[in-house]
Amino acid sequence: MTATVPRLRLGSRPPERNVPANETLVIKLRHLRRRIALQQVFAELFEKRWMEPAIPLALLIGVFVFFSATTPGFASQENLLSTSAELAELSLVCLGMAVVVISGGIDLSVGSMFGLCNMAVILLVTLSGLPVPVAIALGLLIGALLGSVNGSIVAYLKARPFLTTLVTLIIFRGVLNLLDLNYSAQTATVFVTDPVWEWFGTGKVAGIPFSFVTLIGVLIVGHIVLSRSRLGWHITAVGASRRAARHAGIRVERVLLISYVFSGLLCALAAIFYASRLSSASARVGEGMELTVLTAVILGGISLSGGKGTVWRAFIGAATISLLGKGLLLMNVGGEVFQTVLAAVLIVAVGLDLKWGKNRGKAIQKTYVNPTIVEYGELQDTRPGSGTPFEQNDRLVGAEAIGLGQVEGPEDVILDKQGRLYCGTRQGWILRFSGENFEHREIFARIGGHPLGLAFDAEENLVVCVAGMGLYAVTPQGEVRKLTDETNRNWLQLRDDSRLRLADDLDIAPDGKIYFSEATTRFEMADWILDGIEGRPNGRLLCYDPATGKTRTVIRNLVFPNGVCVSHDGKSLLIAQTWLCRILRFHIDGPDKGRLEVFMENFPGYLDNINRASDGAYWVALNGMRSPAYDLAMRMPTFRRRMMKRIPRDEWLYPSMNHGCVVKVSEQGEVLGTWWDPGGTAHATITSMREHGGYLYIGGLENNRIGRIKLDEAEPTASSSGRAVRSVAGSAAN
Amino acid sequence: MGAVLAKARADGRFRLSQEQIILIVVASLFVVFSVLLDGFFTADNLLNLLRSVSSLGILSVAMAVVVIARGMDLSLVASMGVSTAIAIQLMRSELSTPEALLIGLGIVLLLGAINGFLIAFVEIPALFATLASGLLIYGVARTLVLDGLIVELPPDREFVRWLGQGVVFGIPAPIVIFAVVALVAHFLLSRTRTGRFIYAHGDNAGAAALTGIPVRPLTLIEYMIAGAIGFCGGLVMAGSVGGFNTQIIDGSLIYDVLLVVVVGGISLVGGRGGVLSVLAGTALIGVMLNGMTILNMNTHEKDIVKGLILLAALVLDNRLHPRDEETVRQGD
Repeated sequence: MTATVPRLRLGSRPPERNVPANETLVIKLRHLRRRIALQQVFAELFEKRWMEPAIPLALLIGVFVFFSATTPGFASQENLLSTSAELAELSLVCLGMAVVVISGGIDLSVGSMFGLCNMAVILLVTLSGLPVPVAIALGLLIGALLGSVNGSIVAYLKARPFLTTLVTLIIFRGVLNLLDLNYSAQTATVFVTDPVWEWFGTGKVAGIPFSFVTLIGVLIVGHIVLSRSRLGWHITAVGASRRAARHAGIRVERVLLISYVFSGLLCALAAIFYASRLSSASARVGEGMELTVLTAVILGGISLSGGKGTVWRAFIGAATISLLGKGLLLMNVGGEVFQTVLAAVLIVAVGLDLKWGKNRGKAIQKTYVNPTIVEYGELQDTRPGSGTPFEQNDRLVGAEAIGLGQVEGPEDVILDKQGRLYCGTRQGWILRFSGENFEHREIFARIGGHPLGLAFDAEENLVVCVAGMGLYAVTPQGEVRKLTDETNRNWLQLRDDSRLRLADDLDIAPDGKIYFSEATTRFEMADWILDGIEGRPNGRLLCYDPATGKTRTVIRNLVFPNGVCVSHDGKSLLIAQTWLCRILRFHIDGPDKGRLEVFMENFPGYLDNINRASDGAYWVALNGMRSPAYDLAMRMPTFRRRMMKRIPRDEWLYPSMNHGCVVKVSEQGEVLGTWWDPGGTAHATITSMREHGGYLYIGGLENNRIGRIKLDEAEPTASSSGRAVRSVAGSAAN
Repeated sequence: MGAVLAKARADGRFRLSQEQIILIVVASLFVVFSVLLDGFFTADNLLNLLRSVSSLGILSVAMAVVVIARGMDLSLVASMGVSTAIAIQLMRSELSTPEALLIGLGIVLLLGAINGFLIAFVEIPALFATLASGLLIYGVARTLVLDGLIVELPPDREFVRWLGQGVVFGIPAPIVIFAVVALVAHFLLSRTRTGRFIYAHGDNAGAAALTGIPVRPLTLIEYMIAGAIGFCGGLVMAGSVGGFNTQIIDGSLIYDVLLVVVVGGISLVGGRGGVLSVLAGTALIGVMLNGMTILNMNTHEKDIVKGLILLAALVLDNRLHPRDEETVRQGD
């Protein structure tokens, strides 16, 4: 058990497609062209969670680069520093709006609250004679009170947030105007020389304005609160689904109220910085700010539908809008134009937000399957009387049925040393049949998923490939243990393929290593047939080493590797590829170690499992037969794409999966014989077969039984009975 | 319809409709103001009240059409103002009055169609779409199309001037126009197929679509109708003062319109109320505004009072016609 896992030798790999005999350069280029799938890149990219914040960030960088390049003085230090002070104020307000939007509401009164708090703080500082810290605290309190007015109306009186805050906007603005009317003359003449006040306005920490430093602190705290605290989770939950939140016991009204209070509080904080920086007690402060803030928040990627967003997104949106405004200002574009641009951006951003939120899944789904060219060789005649090796016969017609109606989808079957029969079922069970005629049925283990390939290791543990779960082992006592469900990730592709999606079949090498195939890394078990329509090399061969407990990918990018079988001499693996209708041989030991070659190709049907026969030959299951029409369709990727787009799924052209056979092939790659069930009434989809004690046991993915036929000694293909079976560790069933 | 008639309930008692309550409030307010305020109950003041309120009434009829269809047009004042200002600006050139008016009408219809498109096809909630489009319309017009903030009506355009200042049988033309607009809108809403469809759309958009009503094109038509009615209101405003000040778009006129509609009893849930509700709402707001003017309140105090009343009306409307709070979408 010390030998290392064989690596695929460089340059020793046949093309991952069926190569026609007389291939021209044009055909080669066509294949190459169809290998590239830009749509697939798109689909995989937009499936990523980081893609949504990445777009606003890219926009921010784009805006920055654009203005740096086109506007002189934009990227200068003074400009950026002065922008950062304004940005801090805008970001704080945006953060408040973001919290409200995440909670499923909206706060249009932010501009008026900002203006009112600004006025209030200036009045308190200049006219009331209160010490500055007290005035600032009172300012924050006023902001929180204004927010709680919005919050109580929305949360407890159940009014519509949009119109409510639109109305409080004019009410607050009216109050602000009244204050301005009565006190503006007095505030204009007072100068404040309090150090705290000046620190708020012009203080710098390491050259960065104090307001910006505060913003960073608020962002960090806000991030922790929103993503790590109970309150943050409640806010997100209420925004995502109010009903579900209420059913979960969250006090929805209180959460809503708190989110509006946050908004008012942050508006007040921003207003304090603004007031101390500019000391402008104008009634026009914060006018139209709601538009800027709303646009920034949505541009940052905080969804209007609620329940989604982070403080960083709010900051990114605020920075984008702030830089845009500054850049336009430096370009001598008027404020009206900026407002107009904002309104246009708002419409586009809201439209995109809604359309994207609604159609994201659909768009990814529509572009997920990307057909490519799959060529096939000439289709062999299988009709009775054709005289070919694949001529149809009725050798499976008399098969005995085991567990008829008691099993659903025994993909693989296996027998232990005592002659008991095991199979996996669709319910995620391993069934065991025992007794003379296998009449006693019991559930040996409940794993889950859909157990596919089965094999016994040297300690009589049953090793199982479970679709959707990975590689599992069941002890003789029926205890289930996970061996592995992950492998090393391929960093060259976007899709994370470290989890095992569709482990299919396995075999155990003489040194104890478990080789197993993962048929496809792109589709779930229920959609495995879509992988056939796509025809891309999405599968891989993996190796689990029980000695180290490590799993490694041995060969990646295989077209649907299905059956795996260690050869009789234990030095190579046979890998059956379903959609390419060929068998590969991979040398795991000996002088050719690491070489991959084509063992047999151009089968007339789609291959499934492959097993050793008692006489040195191999059994191969064909789960369905090729047809000229589908062969042609596989040669035409655009046709298949059009088919998937234009017609409903149940009317697509699929590979035929309802009529197959069992084939026996020799070590040299010759067809020795076939076993057919004409019409496929009893054994429609044959996915596995196992030879044991002179009988052949037959399993099928869609079948309701396990078949058994006696292998006739006199049959020309069944070789001499006296031949010793090479004992290979972990192949007890053979 | 039939809102003014009290409905007999099963237990034989009478229940007042919202319009009736409003009219009773108007009447009592009227009496109170007449007694308390000097100069309220004079022929001059009352005529003045009616005239000043008629353009607001026309705009409210426009808003009513979309609110009945469970929509909202916050860009109503903007599209009205922009199209009126452009029409008047064109009248300052040698274009004939009908041509200028047709162009103005075309613009307002186009803006309505854009709003309808954003709402029906892009599926942006009406509040967001019209809030943003109103700002966009005003911004584009101000920066690209209009010469100044205030456009003067040339003295030779008699028709437009008559709309605002003319007299028909001793009644000021704005009042007559308001009456005509209200009648036409009433006929449209209650006697035509389109009107029925609008009610169906507002009552239950999903059911309307299932019964075969082309809800999306209908939305376009609703916003276009609202825009066209609003354009009439804009012309009356322009005629009465001999020009148009586009700064009104920035003001709180849209809140007055909302106030009339919501107070009148056209619920924001859609499918409720009618032109009579607008009349009741207009009467109430007209009396109230007039009273506040006589009380010598400044604009800011008026804004606060109007805001508080609107807030109360919104809360009340929500109580009378509750929505499903749990599943409501943003912007509903």
